[in-house]
Amino acid sequence: MQKIENWIGAVVVKYRWFLIPCLIFIALLSANGMRFLEFSNDSRMFFSKENPQLQALEALERTYTKVENVLYLLAPKSGNIFEAKSLEAIEFITEQSWQIPFSSRVDSLSNYQHTKAFEDDLMVADLISNAPSLSPQEILDIKEIALAQPMLLNSMIDKKGSVTAININIIKPDDGSYEIEDVTTAALKLDQLMKDKYPFLDVYLTGGVMIDAAFGEAPERDIRSLIPLMFALLLFLIVISLRSILATTATLLVIIFSTITGLGLAGWMGILLTPASANAPVIILTLAVADSIHILVTIFHQMRSGTARHKAIQESIRVNLQPVLITSVSTAIGFLAMNFSDAPPFRDLGNIVAMGVMSAFIYSVFFMPALMAVLPIRVKQGETEKSKAFTLLADFVIGRRTAIFWSMIALILLTSSGISKIHLNDEFIKYFDHSYPFRIASDFSAEHLAGLEIIDWDLDSGEEGGINDPEYLRTVENFANWFREQPEVRHVYTITDIMKRLNQNMHGDDPDWYRLPEQRDLAAQYLLLYEMNLPFGLDLNNRINIDKSSTRMTVSMPNIGTAGVLDLERRGREWLMTHSPDMTTYGSGLSIIFSYISERNIHSMLKGSIIALVLISFIMIAALRDIKLGIISLIPNLMPAFMAFGVWGIFVGQVGLAVSVMIAMTLGIVVDDTVHFLSKYQRARKEHKMNPEDSVRYAFNTVGSAIWITTLALVGGFGVLSFSGFQINSHMGLMTTITIIFALILDFFFLPTLLIKLENKK
Amino acid sequence: MNPLAVKTLIVSFLCAPLFFIPAAHSETAEEKGLAIAMEADRRDEGFGDYTADMMMILKNKQGKESKRAIRSKTLEVTGDGDKSLSIFDTPKDVKGTAFLSFSHKVGDDEQWLYLPALKRVKRINSRNKSGSFMGSEFAYEDIASQEVEKYTYKHLREEEFQGELCFVGESYPVDKKNSGYTKRISWLDKAEYRLQKVEFYDRKQSLLKTLTVEGYQKYLDTYWRADTMSMVNHQTGKSTRLLWTNYKFQIGLSDKDFNATSLKRVR
Repeated sequence: MQKIENWIGAVVVKYRWFLIPCLIFIALLSANGMRFLEFSNDSRMFFSKENPQLQALEALERTYTKVENVLYLLAPKSGNIFEAKSLEAIEFITEQSWQIPFSSRVDSLSNYQHTKAFEDDLMVADLISNAPSLSPQEILDIKEIALAQPMLLNSMIDKKGSVTAININIIKPDDGSYEIEDVTTAALKLDQLMKDKYPFLDVYLTGGVMIDAAFGEAPERDIRSLIPLMFALLLFLIVISLRSILATTATLLVIIFSTITGLGLAGWMGILLTPASANAPVIILTLAVADSIHILVTIFHQMRSGTARHKAIQESIRVNLQPVLITSVSTAIGFLAMNFSDAPPFRDLGNIVAMGVMSAFIYSVFFMPALMAVLPIRVKQGETEKSKAFTLLADFVIGRRTAIFWSMIALILLTSSGISKIHLNDEFIKYFDHSYPFRIASDFSAEHLAGLEIIDWDLDSGEEGGINDPEYLRTVENFANWFREQPEVRHVYTITDIMKRLNQNMHGDDPDWYRLPEQRDLAAQYLLLYEMNLPFGLDLNNRINIDKSSTRMTVSMPNIGTAGVLDLERRGREWLMTHSPDMTTYGSGLSIIFSYISERNIHSMLKGSIIALVLISFIMIAALRDIKLGIISLIPNLMPAFMAFGVWGIFVGQVGLAVSVMIAMTLGIVVDDTVHFLSKYQRARKEHKMNPEDSVRYAFNTVGSAIWITTLALVGGFGVLSFSGFQINSHMGLMTTITIIFALILDFFFLPTLLIKLENKK
Repeated sequence: MNPLAVKTLIVSFLCAPLFFIPAAHSETAEEKGLAIAMEADRRDEGFGDYTADMMMILKNKQGKESKRAIRSKTLEVTGDGDKSLSIFDTPKDVKGTAFLSFSHKVGDDEQWLYLPALKRVKRINSRNKSGSFMGSEFAYEDIASQEVEKYTYKHLREEEFQGELCFVGESYPVDKKNSGYTKRISWLDKAEYRLQKVEFYDRKQSLLKTLTVEGYQKYLDTYWRADTMSMVNHQTGKSTRLLWTNYKFQIGLSDKDFNATSLKRVR
């Protein structure tokens, strides 16, 4: 290895004029792939094709209809929907909504198909038509009807009659002609039109399509706002730590090249950018800095002690090649472990960053030193800035080692104990902060109406036409009623409400007949009559399957989080198991899949994390050629993540999707400091035959400042990420920042005291 | 359910009678479209009455199928739309249910449904003619008697479709408020004025469904009827096929076979 390191140093200096253009060409060639990068805007991107909950949902969608939705909420400032002008606005928006591209169905208060008995016939008609012509009495009648319909109350209208919803179903065609912008542009235009035309209304816009669009918007926003911030921060750090414009320029080139290479290769590979993988540039920028800094710090150190520039560059490569290679590989392994994730965006993130990190290694070792060999850099000789701070720190740590050791143990135990307070919960609406208008609309919807979290139940009677069986209908009705008794449930959509209403209508609207028909053929024929009366787009095909053997019941809740959704789904399933074992099924829907995703990811990532841990530990042992040091290194490598989890548990408690990849990811990052510290410690022990105390001092003096600077860069980089408006990213950024800070604390205070304690025992 | 049946379907759509063509220089696309529709209608005149059996096969995106068996009777009414009666044999829960419709050239059609479980005839609000017929991809307006007067027309072009030279034209519902469509584009073969294909465009002018008609046979040496009509909904991925068999023409049906009392008598 020594030989190779010497040889590479010599090659870099000798062939500098060849390496510089060659590597610039490679960087630009790979970066060319960036033109293939596209943003994915589909909230389902977080699920792999193998995800069983996704498969269940897709089966349900193929049986009924796959729908995304656009949801408007209208709230008159007067607080009363039941005025002619508000009803007119509802009619208008309902009419206009049919024009939204890919819309297949529009449901509102106005086109609600109200049924009533008329003489001996069944009348089915829009609840509201031609609002301006309605008399105050007619409006009162409409209000009374609307607030009495279980289909409408809490779904399309709130109890007070102050907020109403207009729901537009959007069907994405399979032929690739779907452009989400077509839908969102039209939806936003209508939103604006309503605000202009009816200034007395508050208009809110949300729904699955708007959420999808936000998933596409989030990475663009992050890239626009976070990357410049990140860049400024790194620039500042590099300038103050290197105090050289030329070296700063070289470092900037390395991190830019690494980032565009990582992204470019991703483009060539056809990877789609998602809100999670769009973080890759920020993370690559952050990680790529470290390699250059380690190499540059040594170059300057050598030159200050009087070594010639080219010689100093060779020496720096000799000293740093191994630790830089090890840290790059271990970081790459940590990120590659994300391939075990069940969520494709994290696999992409891991792969892009791993490519970026490995290219950072190549540019740092072959390009940056070659550039330094060409640029006229100078340093004042003799000014060997033996860092006083780090000497003091080393003395402090060694002098108080016993007290420090035990306080560190206490700190580790104390913080890690917080893990018990952690609970899994994702609220995918809350992935987005309030800078997204749909988030405000969703919160408003959750406050007044049903909310966006739903559980769909595909209730199978087991035979053709079986949904008309009185026993089936009774079970479904009881099931719906059971849900309505649950405190978190806002609304239940069930066809049994239609059946009861029809039965009443067919008996001259006699309220005593508001109950399920007691004959199967009667139920079937009522339903047939009703369906014959429904207009375009408002049929029951999205509720009843084609052979009338099963119906779809939809339960809506306000934003109760995934833990709440899972709990409700489980209780619902238990109800079915008790009352109708044959009908037992799993609840389905986007909320459900999101509810399982954190759990699934944590399970799948556990394997990935263990493999990463084993591989990285092997690398450490092989590199240090010392099993004991390798094992000792596990503690400062692994504990920071646990401590961060613990602190999170104490202060936040709720963790979601973001944290599933944390262990593997931070492991690869924090290992760097340990590698640098241990390799210097070992060099002191073996090459300089120092005792453990002096070796610790040597390690602090040689790499203390480089560790400090790179940690600052990492804290800065991931700290910037925590400002993302997308919660998965901000949580990941914040957690990683905490982990890195703990890693620094352990490397400076725990690792040295532990080494001295163990080594002196011999 | 005759409506489905075709006279109608054939009727509607296009094609100027060949002998019109020489004079067609000054004819507008709208006039030509109407002329074609009228000629198609004229060619089906005089069939009197007929009965047929229909199997309706629904298919969802999952690939699952469901069938309904229906018998239909149709009576030609001179000077107005046809009368038709459909009797549902399966699913068994609706066995014996009968659907009677009087189509009109002008104004809303009239429809009644006889519910055997209730032993009562119920009128249906025919303004809602755009909804799904028995859960299928056909709406009542697709299968109702296609009276020429219910649409306005515009001839587009002539083109070959499945080996037949066809008139291609657009038609627009007169009753815009209650139709589910803004327009239909139809292919009618030039030789026999038979409907080959129809594309249905929804309220936002997007292609919603495509109907293809196959297996035409000639009855009484004059009247063409198809064996198979397939409707595919492009937006939901669902589809419905209608398989027609057992056509019998001029069996002597009369008005008294098509009234409220006759509904209750059907078996």
